[in-house]
Amino acid sequence: MNRKFDIVHMLKYVILIAGTCTVLFPLYVVFVNAFKKEDEGSNPFSLPASFLNFENFANVIDRADIMHAFLNTFLIIIIALLGNIILGTMVAYAVGRIQFGGKMLVIGAFLIATIIPTITTQVVTFSIIQAMGIYNTLYAPILLFVGADVIQIYIYLQFIKNIPYELDESAMMDGASLLRIYRSIILPLLGPATATLIILKTINIYNELYIPFLYMPKQDLVVVSTAIMRFAGNNQAQWTNICAAILIIMIPTILLYLFLQKYIFSGVTSGAVKG
Amino acid sequence: MSHISYPLQRKLILISFLLIPLALLAIFTYYPAMRLVYLSFTSWDGISPVKEWLGLGNYIEIFTNPDLFGVFLHQIPYVLIGIIQNIVAIVFAVILNSKLRGRNFFRVMLFLPFIMNAVAVAFMFQYVFDTTNGSLNGLLGLVGLESWQQSWLGNASLVNYALASIGFWRFMGYNMVIYLGALQSIPGDMYEAARIDGASRFQMLWSLTIPNLTPIISLNMFLTFSGALAVFDLPFVLTKGGPAGASETFLFKTIETAFQFNNYGLASAMSVVLLLFTAIILVVQNLVINRKGD
Repeated sequence: MNRKFDIVHMLKYVILIAGTCTVLFPLYVVFVNAFKKEDEGSNPFSLPASFLNFENFANVIDRADIMHAFLNTFLIIIIALLGNIILGTMVAYAVGRIQFGGKMLVIGAFLIATIIPTITTQVVTFSIIQAMGIYNTLYAPILLFVGADVIQIYIYLQFIKNIPYELDESAMMDGASLLRIYRSIILPLLGPATATLIILKTINIYNELYIPFLYMPKQDLVVVSTAIMRFAGNNQAQWTNICAAILIIMIPTILLYLFLQKYIFSGVTSGAVKG
Repeated sequence: MSHISYPLQRKLILISFLLIPLALLAIFTYYPAMRLVYLSFTSWDGISPVKEWLGLGNYIEIFTNPDLFGVFLHQIPYVLIGIIQNIVAIVFAVILNSKLRGRNFFRVMLFLPFIMNAVAVAFMFQYVFDTTNGSLNGLLGLVGLESWQQSWLGNASLVNYALASIGFWRFMGYNMVIYLGALQSIPGDMYEAARIDGASRFQMLWSLTIPNLTPIISLNMFLTFSGALAVFDLPFVLTKGGPAGASETFLFKTIETAFQFNNYGLASAMSVVLLLFTAIILVVQNLVINRKGD
């Protein structure tokens, strides 16, 4: 019995270590090659002559407009998040707290929208963005991240159900206005949902390629995804440089992840349990 | 606002809180979806004011032209690897749900790929799969499997498996964390009771864990299938659909048809087909799950 248990236990570790190695293998290769000089040979596994060779990184920062890309990405994330939080909590409050005819219709309209893949409707969305005159501006992705992706409504609706309505009632007894209840009771209590939303949306927007590519071709409006795509396209086969670019773009999210992993896990779990 | 009566306040809140969100919903979701259906019956080129009515012409074109409908075959590897991905994710979730030293370390490691920038990951794997300098061929050389070395992204019969395996690398940990969350919500006393009844480890897994995971498995399978239908970014970034169109996907073709060939009518019809397929998967899946539940 004990022997059998040991074998199962060992097997678990073998599987876990194999999985971890699979995750780390491409990252290791990118990491060591980002510090190599062009002439250091073609063995992708060998260590670089020195880990202090930052030439590739300097090249990328110089030629890929990477700082500009970080700034644009950051701006888009901040404003889109604000918009998402404001609109999401407002809808959740109106629909989750006030009885009115057509309430189910409104909820249904938002929920059905979450299963329509936005990328399939780009053919028409593109002409809407053009008609609004915001093509090739930062407003285009911001508006699309706020208006076209309504997952936040679902998350807030789930959370607001668990806030007891007695809180609202006692506040009304004290004469608080509905606006006041939204601001001082509901908004703070939706904090955990907001944390979930911030995490999911930040990962989504940071990783999104197609919307910035299609709606902001202008050089000034580069974001991290489009910056690395252009850089890799212009420096085909200069792997040491491309590896440095990959690292520069990955490092901020990896650091954020290591610090916030607990919240990221709970965010993903609560955000995914839909349908 | 506090001196206004509550019924009036309710009306004001409803109007002011729902107006903008509903307007955005209408503009960016429902209008495009309906417009898509209308355009799918026309030959619109995206610019000219004239939209010639084609009836079902675009749809007939899609289902009879193997260049268009045939690309769905390229997406089968994504479905197959997606199914394997879910099985592997369940295995990891079950392992990490048991008492284990370093559990959190492994969870953090396995989930790591999900948070990474998709384009950066794509280029990282271009390097892995590179024929001459790539680390995969290098690895095969090291372990004496030189005969397996090849041009992973340049071989028409392998390219889609290579691309789909990048998706596997990125999303396995995400599925795992969702399964782990579901596992942790199964009450422990159910296992306790099963153990007292003398159930084996495997019996508990098969008759207790898996049935409790069914709704989440169903959700993940929906995401896997609809994701496989809408594959776009990996071939777009890495292979541009090559070699010789072998890695083109239906969505890739749709976007190309619209924005490169300016055939918005046909592209709209293709989008509608994709939306319908997604809806069909959802409905079929719900039917299967509901019947099982009865």
